[in-house]
Amino acid sequence: MADMHEKGIRIEGLRKRYGAGDTAVDALKGVDMQVAPGEVVGLVGPSGSGKTTLLKCLGAVIEPTAGQMILGEQVIYEDKWKITDLRALRRDKIGFVFQAPYLIPFLDVTDNVALLPMLAGRPNAEARKRALELLDALDVAHRAKAMPSQLSGGEQQRVAIARALVNHPPVILADEPTAPLDSERALAVIRILNRMAQQYHTAIIVVTHDEKIIPTFKRIYHIRDGKTHEEAGEGRTFE
Amino acid sequence: MISLAGRDLLHSWGKFVFTGVGLGLLIGVTLSMAGIYRGMVDDAKVLLDNSGADLWVVQQDTLGPYAESSSLYDDTWRSILGMSGVARAANVTYLTTQIRQGEHDVRAMVVGVEPGRVGEPGQPGYLAAGRQITRGHYEAVADIASKFKLGDDVQIRRSHYTVVGLTRRMVSSSGDPMVFIPLKDAQEAQFLKDNDAIAQQRRRTAENPAFNRPGTPGLLNAVIASQSANPFVNAVLVQIEPGRAPEEVAEPIRRWKRLQVYTRAQMEGILVGKLIATSAKQIGMFLVILAVVSAAIVAFIIYTLTMGKIREIAVLKLIGTRNRTIAGMIMQQAVGLGVIGFVVGKIAATFWAPIFPKYVLLEPGDAARGFAAVVVICMLASVLAIRAALKVDPAEAIGG
Repeated sequence: MADMHEKGIRIEGLRKRYGAGDTAVDALKGVDMQVAPGEVVGLVGPSGSGKTTLLKCLGAVIEPTAGQMILGEQVIYEDKWKITDLRALRRDKIGFVFQAPYLIPFLDVTDNVALLPMLAGRPNAEARKRALELLDALDVAHRAKAMPSQLSGGEQQRVAIARALVNHPPVILADEPTAPLDSERALAVIRILNRMAQQYHTAIIVVTHDEKIIPTFKRIYHIRDGKTHEEAGEGRTFE
Repeated sequence: MISLAGRDLLHSWGKFVFTGVGLGLLIGVTLSMAGIYRGMVDDAKVLLDNSGADLWVVQQDTLGPYAESSSLYDDTWRSILGMSGVARAANVTYLTTQIRQGEHDVRAMVVGVEPGRVGEPGQPGYLAAGRQITRGHYEAVADIASKFKLGDDVQIRRSHYTVVGLTRRMVSSSGDPMVFIPLKDAQEAQFLKDNDAIAQQRRRTAENPAFNRPGTPGLLNAVIASQSANPFVNAVLVQIEPGRAPEEVAEPIRRWKRLQVYTRAQMEGILVGKLIATSAKQIGMFLVILAVVSAAIVAFIIYTLTMGKIREIAVLKLIGTRNRTIAGMIMQQAVGLGVIGFVVGKIAATFWAPIFPKYVLLEPGDAARGFAAVVVICMLASVLAIRAALKVDPAEAIGG
């Protein structure tokens, strides 16, 4: 785990082809990307550019066609999966924040966050203790017993971030996490992600269309027609 | 690990409870159907128990007196009483008919017994009110299920009877209440013709030269008298001496009296295996249909509930939840729904069973078997929803 946090995530020449023969579509055509621990980078691009495909490959929910993915020191993909238990990989090494929070509606805030360590076999008490620490760090500890439907949109997204962080994964994939939020709340979420990335030495990739948060990234990967190119961002804080 | 199914159930308890109540009413009907069958079997056993007989002596080559008609001369009992091992023997007649009381009539089994012979087989064993039949004619003892009261005047065929005693749980194999009347009255009622038929029969007999000979004036009267009287009963009920095996007593009666004799076990086999066999199959078929309908309802409900949670299931799978945890959640919810349904069904069946016109016997064993069946049906019914949930692609949680 320590190694993974020290190296972040690196992908090289990642390709993804859907279908075969004349109808084959190359969604990713050799993507290179590297995100260091504690860094938050933006991944932007128009619809159909391959953002979601890249995120699914990084999240180990679809298999790339070729290339290499390295998480910390561990090669997790090199022309084929190098890890057999992808479910455990997603549970322990990758955090997810979605466009909508997608909290489990029948679990309270604490258990929504504690569910992951519980699934990993941690004792309930320990999992809840860890969840409460994170909720406290994200300023939603006062809603620990509330149900998701009782939270505001911003609170729900902070709980979702806590869930993504609870197993201390080396990488978090955030899929348009500010889409449903107004400017103020969207910027607050980005500030939280930056703070958490620093605090937990996590590499965070934020897929976004959101013009108001793009200036906050120090590095941005633009993706177009299945290829990425990197550029420096403004890195504004909007405090 | 927390119970995801339990949390979902608690969170959406209203939905589960209302669905469970609907399912429960169906389960209640199923339990009641089983209770109706048990009631029929119990009625048959009660009929045999309350007769107080160890052996039933009936006409040869018949399954009488309950499953088929049987006819014996009413003096047969005397010769049976003399057989080895026989402690008591009594004539009995059975006639299922409508009994009128005022403006109403009740379907009942009329039992003819010798008056004043309390304790003999066939007699009402105990009374809830009133007294036993003591007169030779026109008195009756009725089961309270007939709704008759002491002192009521009831009409059986053309004769009127006064209810002098009430007994309890004396019913026929089909659950009709029994009404006991004196044997002679019962014999008359069984073969009673209407007045026109009697007049026509007498005329025909008188016109027959074989019966109306000029030289033998008493012959016609003798023939008419024999046609008017009924010297038959349906069965002789026998109590055997203590310590004697029923078959050991029955066999000599079969051999020497040329009659059919059934032991208690054989009679129970006739009643349960033949008399109510078709009804039992009918109920069994209905139970199977109800089970299939219940399974279909549970499957549909659980499938619909699961389809409503596709996004959550995709998220659960994406964050690393095992397939068996998701399958377990769905199966536990199906079983939870079944348990709610069973509790509602058991309570409903318990409350409405006494309202049924015939005896409904809800046995704890049937309830236990019903519970096991509900659990198994719910588990099987959840398979469709589990298959759908396991097909959910975790990638559905990512992207729009």
